[in-house]
Amino acid sequence: MLDDIFSVVRQRWGTSSPEQKDGKKPDIPKDLLFKCPRCGSVSFSEDFDKNGKVCPNCNYHSRLSARERLDITIDKDSLEEFDKDMLSKNPIGFPDYEAKQQALRAKTGLKDAVITGKAKIRGKDIVIIVMDSHFLMASMGSVVGEKITRAFEYATENKLPVIAFTASGGARMQEGIVSLMQMAKTSGAVARHNEAGLLYITVMTDPTTGGVTASFASLGDIIIAEPKVLIGFAGRRVIEGTIRQKLPDEFQSAEFMLENGFVDMIVERKKMRRTLAHLLALHEKGGLQNE
Amino acid sequence: MSDIPASQKLDIIRMKGRPTVNDYIPLIFDDFFEMHGDRLYGDDGAVKGGIAYFKGTPVTVIAQVKGRNLDENKASNFGMPHPEGYRKALRLAKQAEKFHRPVICLIDTAGAFCGVEAEQRGQGEAIAKDIMEFMTLKTPIISIILGEGGSGGALALGVCDELAMLENAIYSVISPRGFASLLWKDASREREAADIMKITADDLMALKVCDSIIPEPTGGAHNDPESTAKAISEYIFSALQRKFQKGLDELLNERYNKFRAIGEFTE
Repeated sequence: MLDDIFSVVRQRWGTSSPEQKDGKKPDIPKDLLFKCPRCGSVSFSEDFDKNGKVCPNCNYHSRLSARERLDITIDKDSLEEFDKDMLSKNPIGFPDYEAKQQALRAKTGLKDAVITGKAKIRGKDIVIIVMDSHFLMASMGSVVGEKITRAFEYATENKLPVIAFTASGGARMQEGIVSLMQMAKTSGAVARHNEAGLLYITVMTDPTTGGVTASFASLGDIIIAEPKVLIGFAGRRVIEGTIRQKLPDEFQSAEFMLENGFVDMIVERKKMRRTLAHLLALHEKGGLQNE
Repeated sequence: MSDIPASQKLDIIRMKGRPTVNDYIPLIFDDFFEMHGDRLYGDDGAVKGGIAYFKGTPVTVIAQVKGRNLDENKASNFGMPHPEGYRKALRLAKQAEKFHRPVICLIDTAGAFCGVEAEQRGQGEAIAKDIMEFMTLKTPIISIILGEGGSGGALALGVCDELAMLENAIYSVISPRGFASLLWKDASREREAADIMKITADDLMALKVCDSIIPEPTGGAHNDPESTAKAISEYIFSALQRKFQKGLDELLNERYNKFRAIGEFTE
């Protein structure tokens, strides 16, 4: 990484060496550059940000915060957020879990790893769920499970479609078995929404893995993925350990999932809002049984 | 019920000679007819399914198979299902619903198999569908953890009206080994992990994940498979009695609320 930084800096400013004359390393801000985890290429953060946090080289769609995602997805000021102040307890008495959560809350400004609420996309009412990987890799604990379940229950009661932007490392280890049970709880709420004949669209973003892939993320009527994101059940290193060989780069990518039949479409970030609006419109007229 | 720490329970459930579903099915059920295949891809030896009588009542049995020897383990992939195993389970569960048979799930797995083909065939989707469909399946579901209940691979057969665990069984979000490796980067601290993870039947009763504990003979089920099978039968009988008294709506609402209530938070 350091070499990459220096090579870009050399190109830009033409310094022949990363060492300054007095022997000190140059003072480069940490957030000046983006190194793509998919293709390894390095670009200036400014260019990367202007490109919607998409790698200019390989089109990998990088992680957004939940707020950034909401800003580019829903109508301005349309969010009525649910359960803003919900906090996880420590159900299995895991050492230091409270302190870890507090530190992350201070660092990220988030209470936990998901934002839910009622919102509009091009004037159409929806319930929206956005996970944020900056909080404990958006692992699913009590708060994530409860907020998602309530969001689906609200949507079922009010006959609204649900759009869920998924991102997660999977279960939250610190909550043990209680975390595992959130898979059942959320999927139960999806089942009821589904039985009510309502639309559920999943947008899989980087990374959608583990217990979230094995529950509500895989249950959408329509499953969309952003380009090049990681989607899978088991961790790559776990599989590599089992088969004792290295896996190809494209393994568990959005494109891999599309090819194997588990994703309906791959949609670029800049076209996402438009695509969602079209899909919502297509589901407004319910065919022969439309009231 | 017992003061044995989780780390020692690991030893008991991994003991050679611990009874598996291949021992229990003939002891608990009559006229078991095995059914094969998911009708989509193949047949998974890690999940055994079929129809049998339980004390005169037809039931559907869906069971994860740990082998008793190397040959059995080769056929059953050490009890770690591929997606076709979960899809076979769903097919048989839907068939049970159609013919109004209760479903009895016997859980015994370290987890869903982690491999290239499992990913290609959609392990996550297969488990997710089981969980969602079992949640609204219109027939009673009773699940029993016999030994290891590992992660989502166990939960796929664990969405039920009542969950029981054998006295020494464990049920966890990840294997203790995986937990130690993930959080401490040291898989050898497995036993230490087991003791803080809250994975014993007593722990899970307290967390309201498990509804009943089925006693094992002193030292463990291997000391007397017949009496363990009898205790499992008695449990299934009483659980089915409780469920048969309920109307369908009540049954499904209680199933939903059983899982709905799990989670600890403030607001």
